[in-house]
Amino acid sequence: MTLRIFEGKGASGESRRPCGSGAGACSSRPGMTRRSFLRASAGATGGLAAFAAAISPLKDLDSGDIPDLDTFLQKHYKEMSEAEMNAALDRIRARVEERYKVRPDIRDIKPMDGVEFVYALNLSRCIGCRRCVHACVDENNQSRDPEIQYIRVLEMPRGTTDIEQGNHHYERARVPDENHYYMPIQCHQCANPPCVKVCPVEATWQEPDGITVIDYDWCIGCRYCEAACPYWARRFNFVEPRLASPEEIAKTPDIESKRLNPEMSYLSNRPRSKGVMEKCHFCLHRTRQGKMPRCLEVCPVGARKFGNVLDPDSDVSNILRTKRVFVLKAELGTLPRFFYYFDERDPTAEDLPAMEHGGQP
Amino acid sequence: MTEYLRFLYRCFRLSFVGDWKYYAWMVFLTCISLFGLNAYCQQLVTGLGTTGMTDQVSWGLYIANFTYLVGVAAAAVMLVIPAYIYKNKDLHDVVIFGELLAVAVIIMCLLFVTVDLGRPDRFIHLFLRFNFPLSMLTWDVIVLNGYLLLNLHICGYLIYCTYRRREPNKKLFLIPFVLIAIVWAISIHTVTAFLYSGLGGRPFWNHAIIAPRFIASAFAAGPAFIILTLQVIDRFTSHHVPIGALRTLRQVVTVALTINVFLLISEMFTEFYTGAEHARSMHYLYFGLGEYDALVPWIWTAIVLNSTALVLLYLPHAKRGLWILNVSCVLMIVGIWIEKGMGLIVPAFIPTPIGEIVEYTPTLNEILVCLGIWAFGLLLYTIMVRITVPVLNGELTSDTLHPSEMESVRHETV
Repeated sequence: MTLRIFEGKGASGESRRPCGSGAGACSSRPGMTRRSFLRASAGATGGLAAFAAAISPLKDLDSGDIPDLDTFLQKHYKEMSEAEMNAALDRIRARVEERYKVRPDIRDIKPMDGVEFVYALNLSRCIGCRRCVHACVDENNQSRDPEIQYIRVLEMPRGTTDIEQGNHHYERARVPDENHYYMPIQCHQCANPPCVKVCPVEATWQEPDGITVIDYDWCIGCRYCEAACPYWARRFNFVEPRLASPEEIAKTPDIESKRLNPEMSYLSNRPRSKGVMEKCHFCLHRTRQGKMPRCLEVCPVGARKFGNVLDPDSDVSNILRTKRVFVLKAELGTLPRFFYYFDERDPTAEDLPAMEHGGQP
Repeated sequence: MTEYLRFLYRCFRLSFVGDWKYYAWMVFLTCISLFGLNAYCQQLVTGLGTTGMTDQVSWGLYIANFTYLVGVAAAAVMLVIPAYIYKNKDLHDVVIFGELLAVAVIIMCLLFVTVDLGRPDRFIHLFLRFNFPLSMLTWDVIVLNGYLLLNLHICGYLIYCTYRRREPNKKLFLIPFVLIAIVWAISIHTVTAFLYSGLGGRPFWNHAIIAPRFIASAFAAGPAFIILTLQVIDRFTSHHVPIGALRTLRQVVTVALTINVFLLISEMFTEFYTGAEHARSMHYLYFGLGEYDALVPWIWTAIVLNSTALVLLYLPHAKRGLWILNVSCVLMIVGIWIEKGMGLIVPAFIPTPIGEIVEYTPTLNEILVCLGIWAFGLLLYTIMVRITVPVLNGELTSDTLHPSEMESVRHETV
């Protein structure tokens, strides 16, 4: 330190800590007594040791938790070239194969032209068996421990459509209960989705066929979308997702490999990591290839209808034309693509008595 | 430039020097910070499952603290406005401590948001695809970091000029930034309120009154915090804090707390008198829903604390002693923390938008992370004050030595 000193207020003051009280404390080391040097080094060593102890849990970080350089530099879905997407898919294939010993058939399946998907659910038919809930978990490789489910079935008392009165946790030996009806709720694939609006990094967006998707490799896990969703459709991976609990793995070591659905696509059911959001995507790896969503296929009573609303001959177009459909929370202006309806008399049926006119207004 | 680096080096050295009280305080804060860091490392390894948050209540203590602290940071403006606009001499002497507090608190806010992220390693994605202006979170990123930079500049410039014994170029480098910072301070809290009030799916938040209430409660809790801090500075450092500054702040706090209580009553009346479904979360907060009532004791504690603080502030003899003011400051700092933290964030998630009721209890790990960030923030603020006071008093300037540096110099000359 330079010595432009001994003038002004500070210098004239008494030194707070004069040269150490011990006679030998004044060492030849410039700028420092031995005592203060020892004290400083002890402090620094102690501080470093405490710091190292504090961050010691990091040694348990999974190798998968630390992204390699290619993964770290992977671009947003919409910015990837075909080659970059192929490289990303290769990385996913390698990771899945390493972890589950299964070679996945993963692709980036694009939306079809002239298609807008819509779901319709017949509340008169649904019996609340929850087969859709569990088939969805199987199909989409959700975590089983803890189990993440995209579909929540509400047991509703007759006489109301107010979802606040639904029972989320009903357990019955037999369904349906005669005093209740059942209302499954999943992502409504809104045409005006609040979750997309709030995402700070555009990790979630609406595809041309109406499906709101998530790039699991882009999500930063802020959970703002989860707060914004009025239908409680989004799920967060609070821990590393696992396809079986440790007890199940102890019993059957290859259970995870057996449970893995190897038919995957980038934007739908490929395995997720901890700390990212996921949700229903209308089984886009199936529906974009002409198949039906898994929840529809397993429904034993045919309560679920799915299809292209732009095709006038599709089931869903017919339902929207002829049934009295409703959506949940229409007042929020989210414009869901998930419609509910009850079976009813067909107002155009010939056996209805025809009236001359509707009376005076 | 060399001179500036030397300044930073001397500040760094100085932050390690003090009496035993200073060392004890710093060691205490460092220990708590390290416990927090340890808890955060656990969270990094396991995931956010170490917290009490669930898919049902997906934001908790972290976001609650974040919201509260944004208010404290914004409240620095309550020193700046009287000091720079109304030329209040007393506050002019201490305004820098408010601005420094804003710096420390904004850093705490940023830390609270970071620990809430599921994938902090992907932080860089914010720079690559920034959903601006659609996402209010991107607005928040801009205003918080902007406010941090503004205050860093204002404090840093003033301190460095004093250090060099130069007259600061007020017209060019100070006043414009101070004026921007005033508007900016209000914006950080407004934007944070909009973050919540813009969500149509959460009736508890979807009110126009959220932003005004945020500002009112912030301008009560923030200056209350500063009132206490200034007294600590007055007592433990050589910097004299004029009593007039505390009096002015007391008026600010009184008015702000009154407005806050008024807005609270307006909100409660509208919700409860209408009796609509909307009020379910509010009902949960104040009275519980059936067997679920975890937040009820909290919110009534907050109401009692805030009302007591208000009564104390209006007591006629309050002008005489500082202790009544201090008691009411402590009451309202705690009261508003509960009201804005646990009382504003958590109930919005209960019941869920589709009617499920899951309660939220923070875990020990989560609480440790929060304590760690608080301790780290206080540590930063203590260091800033430690450096600022001798500079402002003229004990540490570019051409003189601070008493603490005498020891080493003496040995150099021996």
